[in-house]
Amino acid sequence: MKPAISVIFLTTLIGAGQGLFLAFYSADWFVLLGILRAPLNDYSGHAAALSVLLLALGLAASFFHLGHPERAWRAAAMWRSSWLSREVIALPAAMLLILGYAVLKISAMDSIVLLLGESIPISISMVVGFGAVLAICTLFVCTAMIYACLKFLRQWHSPLTVLNFLLMGCASGFTLASALASYSQDGRFAYFVGMAIFLTLAALIFRFATLLRNKGLRSPSSLQSAIGVHHPTIRQIAQGAMGGSFNTRAFIHNYGASIVRLARRGFLLLGFVIPLLLLQISNESSILICSLAFVLQYLGLLAERWYFFIEAEHPQNLYYQMIS
Amino acid sequence: MTQLALVIDLNTCVGCHACVTSCKEWNTSGQAGPMVDQNPYAADPTGTFFNRVQSFEVGTFPNTQTVHFPKSCLHCEDPPCVPVCPTGASYKRAEDGIVLVDYDKCIGCEYCSWACPYGAREIDEQQKVMKKCTLCVDRLYDESLPEAERKPVCVLSCPTSARIYGDIHDPESDASKAISDAGGYQLMPEWGTAPANHYLPRRKVSIAVHDEDLQRVDNPLRKEDRGPRKPTTRTTLDDSTSW
Ligand code: SF4
Ligand code: SF4
Repeated sequence: MKPAISVIFLTTLIGAGQGLFLAFYSADWFVLLGILRAPLNDYSGHAAALSVLLLALGLAASFFHLGHPERAWRAAAMWRSSWLSREVIALPAAMLLILGYAVLKISAMDSIVLLLGESIPISISMVVGFGAVLAICTLFVCTAMIYACLKFLRQWHSPLTVLNFLLMGCASGFTLASALASYSQDGRFAYFVGMAIFLTLAALIFRFATLLRNKGLRSPSSLQSAIGVHHPTIRQIAQGAMGGSFNTRAFIHNYGASIVRLARRGFLLLGFVIPLLLLQISNESSILICSLAFVLQYLGLLAERWYFFIEAEHPQNLYYQMIS
Repeated sequence: MTQLALVIDLNTCVGCHACVTSCKEWNTSGQAGPMVDQNPYAADPTGTFFNRVQSFEVGTFPNTQTVHFPKSCLHCEDPPCVPVCPTGASYKRAEDGIVLVDYDKCIGCEYCSWACPYGAREIDEQQKVMKKCTLCVDRLYDESLPEAERKPVCVLSCPTSARIYGDIHDPESDASKAISDAGGYQLMPEWGTAPANHYLPRRKVSIAVHDEDLQRVDNPLRKEDRGPRKPTTRTTLDDSTSW
């Protein structure tokens, strides 16, 4: 497939935004349970606002993908059958709930609504945040299923796609949380960094597993089944268009093998290995290292998503053996 | 239930592109149009087409055959392009099985084109909506047309009658008979899309010619021993003129 640039930005930006909120919301719980110490000034609300911003940027990027952005609202209609439609609902829902959490936290309008097990005070923001977590999990699944549900795009049609989207989103979110924590001299830094390392490592393992899986994939389709002529030697002599067509423009990329290889190595290094090393050597006050880790990881994940498209082979390309 | 479809005979298609041009002409000036043309008279002409003819050379020289392969939306019975559409712009009509796009609802997200394994859908670069073969739905039920013309325009224009139109769920239709008689098949059956359009394979066409077919055994002239005239050595009119 030809990489769709706006979709690359959409999926990576919202992934990081979702991961960022999960980082701070989970830290909230550990503080409540007395496992982590609360920071001196709680900036969770601002972190959540940043998460909303990332989601909003992703949403904005997605509009560039559409031929008729002014009709985008129609895309919520077919949620019963279409994962894309479900994503279109889950994304604003997640944004609203995260925004609710952020507003409650920042405006100090938060108040205790119930006591959990007699001793743990649960505030409205935690309840709203829980809703946000549900929306975020739904959003991760919807976003990934858009690709994973297309059964003849075999490189995408796998539970690994969902797992990868989840792990990479969370990894970049926790890396960003580490950078924020180092900036704010937050005692929860160790938690964020530990999780960021764990998630990045897990994401690397599963992404690598996906690369191996895809290497061995064989399509059940061939030029023979595409045109129904069962002869081993078939040569295309005309593709039905002189100056190309939507089919040659939208599905076939013209990047050489060396660029594709570079992208693969690049995303493995930038997206996973280098951030892992940087996070490993960082400490509570290494603002620069953690920020660098996030920026590099984000660039790496952009390359990863680019490669994700390149990797997928569309069976319609069988009809365009000869690109003239 | 009706499932209208085309049956395309690869054995008779000569790759003349009459279906391509008539399709473009009918649809660009009709309800589905306009269909954009970019650089029509310049170096790399491109544009929206619902139907294209590709050509393939099968075999190794000198034992080769050229197969012309017309390609358009197959109006799948289980169309993967329909459930993925977020707006409901893509739909399959219950009454006749035609898969259509509502251009007023389509947001141009291209998702359906990713979901079609055949590459049958194209974004119109001008209107920014997804387009594809409509099976000339605006002809099929038009009572202002003579009944014989209530067919897809590609079927009418094909000079070799390589395109057969009909209801493949009606065993008595021309289309169904062609499929069962000539071994009609579906493209990429492995994906379970159950394309409604079928293709008829290349067949060896031969007739046995016996001597009796060329020379009547009971030719009365022979009976009377008046055989065909002997070849003449004089120059005939055919030899002397040179048009
Ligand atoms: S050929 Fe493609 S566009 Fe047409 S119905 Fe089948 S899947 Fe949909
Ligand atoms: S491009 Fe149009 S028809 Fe296709 S999935 Fe998107 S909204 Fe539906």
